[in-house]
Amino acid sequence: MELKDIINPNNLVYEKPELLTENTMHYCPGCSHGVVHKLLAEVIEDLDIQDKTIGVSPVGCAVFAYNYIEIDWQEAAHGRAPAVATGIARTNPDKVVFTYQGDGDLASIGAAEILHACNRGENMVVIFVNNGIYGMTGGQMAPTTLIGQVTATTPNGRDVGRNGYPLKITELIAQLPGTSYVTRQSVHTPATIRKCKKAIAKAFQAALDKKGTSFVEVVSTCNMNWKMTPVKANEWMVENMFPFYVPGDLKDSSKADPESYTPLKN
Amino acid sequence: MGELRLMKGNEVIAEAAIRCGCDAYFGYPITPQSEVMETLMDREPWDETGMVVLQAESEIASIHMIYGAAASGKKVITSSSSPGISLMAEGISYIAGAELPCVIVNVQRGGPGLGTIQPSQADYWQSTKGGGHGDYRLIVLAPSSVQEMNDFVELGFKLAFKYRNPAMILTDGVIGQTMEKVILSDYIPRLTDEEINEKYGSWATNGRKPGRQRNIITSLEMDSGRMEQNNLRLQAKYAKMEEEEVLFEEFQCEDAEYLLVAFGSSSRICQKTVDLAREKGIKVGLLRPITLFPFPKKPIAALAKQVKGILVVEMNAGQMVEDVQLAAGCAIPVKHFGRMGGIIPSPGEVVEALEQKLIGG
Repeated sequence: MELKDIINPNNLVYEKPELLTENTMHYCPGCSHGVVHKLLAEVIEDLDIQDKTIGVSPVGCAVFAYNYIEIDWQEAAHGRAPAVATGIARTNPDKVVFTYQGDGDLASIGAAEILHACNRGENMVVIFVNNGIYGMTGGQMAPTTLIGQVTATTPNGRDVGRNGYPLKITELIAQLPGTSYVTRQSVHTPATIRKCKKAIAKAFQAALDKKGTSFVEVVSTCNMNWKMTPVKANEWMVENMFPFYVPGDLKDSSKADPESYTPLKN
Repeated sequence: MGELRLMKGNEVIAEAAIRCGCDAYFGYPITPQSEVMETLMDREPWDETGMVVLQAESEIASIHMIYGAAASGKKVITSSSSPGISLMAEGISYIAGAELPCVIVNVQRGGPGLGTIQPSQADYWQSTKGGGHGDYRLIVLAPSSVQEMNDFVELGFKLAFKYRNPAMILTDGVIGQTMEKVILSDYIPRLTDEEINEKYGSWATNGRKPGRQRNIITSLEMDSGRMEQNNLRLQAKYAKMEEEEVLFEEFQCEDAEYLLVAFGSSSRICQKTVDLAREKGIKVGLLRPITLFPFPKKPIAALAKQVKGILVVEMNAGQMVEDVQLAAGCAIPVKHFGRMGGIIPSPGEVVEALEQKLIGG
């Protein structure tokens, strides 16, 4: 095969989704956010819902998510994205609303907002990127930091006596009747990326079908603040995070009888 | 002509919100304003106008729901009382920073802290000077009657959308709990999605329509130069409000030798004070600021040239008095009389204060 055949559009095996902007991503090399953004852009494009999708970005590394996907966005205060999304979703019931939040934003300062939005069954998608650390502020302990994990505020490792236990908030959320689909994914291999895309697509389809809250956790790396190479960070995640944050579906009511679900009243 | 009813101030806020075509109310119960949401839930406006009413998990969540809905071009209102407004301060700063319109009602109670559930005007500074972080201003309207609780909902929205800025109705437990006759406004239909797109499509996050740029609502700007420009744009907007939106009312000021300045429920007490003082031969008038921001500096400065002294009457330890002093200058004494802790001063008490602090009786 010659070069002209390789660059022939008919032979393309991969291209950037149209909805991803040309802006250079500010994420560190090796970070999982860029992959999750790309999957989001692909899903919104595949479902052809860019004219009715509104994203809510968090405070944290993904604060600038609005720079990268060609849809309407709102930037929320730290932890408040589920409340912001509630305001949008309740007054725009024909739109598709999603929040994009990290573990400090969602599981610490925004724990009340996420639990109540999910418990009310707000018709929205939550993308929860869990890398067990505060990335933007320089690697401090997060609610999801593992026991013994070294961070800027746990320099000798997370100590239960001093810092309490890591929070499995996704397990809590799966208990809430307002959620219809709760899953835990990752994006560290081509296979898991494909699987994660299917999960995100399923979550957006559930929002289109008005099935309440869909929640996709993506267990991720923060190689910069974990102080590892990207490859090593992926290995560390598989060895240390997966046994505690076990990948897979925690709840899937997508095939449940529609009559069994009480839709939100606006 | 609207419908004449006998209603509580808090109930009227709810009724006015429905009638002026509000898209949503988000709130959390707190005394002495819980009747606002109770009235809305009882009225079930979702069946009548399609208005959404949601009891949030906290005041923090309420104000961020307001942020989300307002950013999509919707006409949205919340209400609370002093401690709840403190919790909303974060969101109010974000709404002001992102330049979104909304109406926030503060039915004040006594503070600091959990304070008391009785009326107070101690949130004047919080409402007019800040409350949340950063250089921002709210449009602050101070109703002195149940009728104005009705009228200022629509006025608040008019100004909020004109300037894309949050407007606050700063009232208190007196007006919120008082029953008075009120002429309710006629119904204004809610805007359709097409109308919102036409009017606010240049900024509202209601879905990127083919052919238009994506809209982004944020208060974040990492470049200092651009952030300063954002601040200058806000300051120019506030200066325009000061130029164009000042509202006040004068009561028997034509021949006044002394002036009372009071807002909201204190101004109602001071109207009676003026009558009582004049019966005693003291020529006193009353100036009532209706907008607390923008503050009526010019009319106060003008009256300061006419009167021998000014008494500022507030249900707090002395907050608006500083703005009156700035407007009046140093040529005449400007004194403060206030009660705190939920105590409402009587008109006679204000006459005594006038005599003691200004006339030297």
